[in-house]
Amino acid sequence: MTAEAPSTTPAKKPAGRRRVEFDPRLAAYKGVWVFIEHEHNRVHPVSWELLGEGRKLADRIGVELAGVVMGEPGAATRDFCSEAFHYGADLCYLVEDPVLAQYRNDPYTSSLTALVREYQPEILLLGATTLGRDLAGSVATTLGTGLTADCTGLNIDMENRSLAATRPTFGGSLLCTIQTLNYRPQMATVRPRVMQMPERNTDRTGRIVEQRIALAEADIMTKVLQFIPDANQEQARLEYADIIVAGGRGLKRPENFQLVWDLASVLHAEVGATRPVVQAGWVSAERQVGQTGKTVRPKLYIAAGISGAIQHRVGMEGADVIIAINEDPAAPIFDFATYGIVGNAMQIMPALTEAFRQHLATAKLAG
Amino acid sequence: MHIIVCIKQVPDSAQIRVHPVTNTIMRQGVPAIVNPYDLYALEEALRLKDRYGGRVTVLCMGPSQAEAALRKALSFGADEAILVSDRAFAGSDTLATSYALAAAIRQIQKDMAVDLVFSGKQTIDGDTAQVGPGIARRLGLQLLTYVSKIEGIDVEKKEIVVHRRAEGGAQILKTRLPCLVTILEGVNEMRFATMGDMFRAARYPLKVWDKDAAGIEDIEKVGLKGSPTVVAKVFAPQPRAQKAERIETQTGAPADLAVTLLAKLFTRYPHIEREIRKQAG
Repeated sequence: MTAEAPSTTPAKKPAGRRRVEFDPRLAAYKGVWVFIEHEHNRVHPVSWELLGEGRKLADRIGVELAGVVMGEPGAATRDFCSEAFHYGADLCYLVEDPVLAQYRNDPYTSSLTALVREYQPEILLLGATTLGRDLAGSVATTLGTGLTADCTGLNIDMENRSLAATRPTFGGSLLCTIQTLNYRPQMATVRPRVMQMPERNTDRTGRIVEQRIALAEADIMTKVLQFIPDANQEQARLEYADIIVAGGRGLKRPENFQLVWDLASVLHAEVGATRPVVQAGWVSAERQVGQTGKTVRPKLYIAAGISGAIQHRVGMEGADVIIAINEDPAAPIFDFATYGIVGNAMQIMPALTEAFRQHLATAKLAG
Repeated sequence: MHIIVCIKQVPDSAQIRVHPVTNTIMRQGVPAIVNPYDLYALEEALRLKDRYGGRVTVLCMGPSQAEAALRKALSFGADEAILVSDRAFAGSDTLATSYALAAAIRQIQKDMAVDLVFSGKQTIDGDTAQVGPGIARRLGLQLLTYVSKIEGIDVEKKEIVVHRRAEGGAQILKTRLPCLVTILEGVNEMRFATMGDMFRAARYPLKVWDKDAAGIEDIEKVGLKGSPTVVAKVFAPQPRAQKAERIETQTGAPADLAVTLLAKLFTRYPHIEREIRKQAG
């Protein structure tokens, strides 16, 4: 999506479009910021993906790209700044405070809001994760500015130097491009895996701007009593899995979903599912792929009994190769899959599992 | 204990079709439903009422048809229902919506203090998950998003302990009431409506509040005027160019189809084969 050229014919404006004169005071807002999200000493990869995208935006309007790192004082927090430089940031705003050790809405909102007020970025990007969505909504409301959630495309409208944020709407049936014209910063969240991971360049460095923010534990009403890591860490890996086997309603009965698990086990793949299957309780909600689930970008996606409805498609069409098995030759999934088998998934899946098993066994012997 | 549950009426996105020529949503025949995620919030609120006593008020902003969503909530056992509806709200984005709902909650509070505000984790039409955090901020409520379990409430001390879904685990949080909680999907199963509640829901004199009744102080903060975001363009997703290569064999036997598929796959995409072998160790 590129910025539209100024059109000479009066374009039909969709309802809701308003002509807004740009407030010159907003010109004081400069730079693109990416919130670097980390929990338990690990930066969420979506932050690096956003730095990759933020780099392109910053270059387009000729400004600096900054990472925002907040956390408890210490080497780990500072290391995240160095990493941000490797992934393309020119500078990092750093807030270190013991109250920021674990994510809580209040202290994070007040810190990020204070930074924005002090340094005035024009664009602020966050991951559309549980943390990012929690924080973005609070910060945008506090600042009284616009926020576009779960974007799938970010660009600059050069006509008015504003962020053109594209996102799916109505379950992915349509896309809309949203702009925040007369408010700054322009905020947007992007889901993990929607943007490409940029190259990591360890030669890159940058400068750190430290900011002190007065935060007292006594003023924070919400306390973290405990953190319980997931027993099954695999669940968190679906978005970053390289091979995914997924099942839909075409499998007809919950016990048939076992065929998906069987193939996934041979391929050491992750298991995904469609919304109807999750709603029917065949698998847990963390495995849902699609508009209201997760966005995935595997090398291989095997879809068994999935029709390819738009709300599922928007979450998985970024896969390199899609193999679709469906009884209905007119299923929309055959319009965008790489390979299609028209047939009964309950018969094809065991055959496919066996074929992969044998192939891997011979490959091992040969290797 | 007084709990407000914010719900929204949405088109069932699973049944939405886009007009192939005009690229507009074809709403005809698409049923309007209660946002499915909000039902988890409603059920959780009803369970707290069962446990601690009190009142559940459902609040909805939308056109007059949204009345159906509120009656549905009443049939499950909500005590009160308020529809906030005014032409002035048309075109509200998430910031303007949270302003209007926060104002309405302040009005409700004049009648009876509010301990908890519940909402679903997001809607299925907008999918933004922003209105909940916005309301919390405007009302100065503690915000607890993606809550999977309410451990308990200390009514005396006005404290709540919840499990919140975070990346890679669950945070157990304790905070002070009043607070705003967004409930994760799948944490409960909606109860069946009783015959008595269904009759009560049908007869219930629904409160409909316009902008004045909802206590909107600044009309510039709702509707299109109060929305910083502007929809610049609406368009249909570009279809992927190529159609699937159909795998067919003479016999059509599953085993033959599978072997043929693998041969084609690994010839054209050797990196997939490498990936599979890598994963298999």
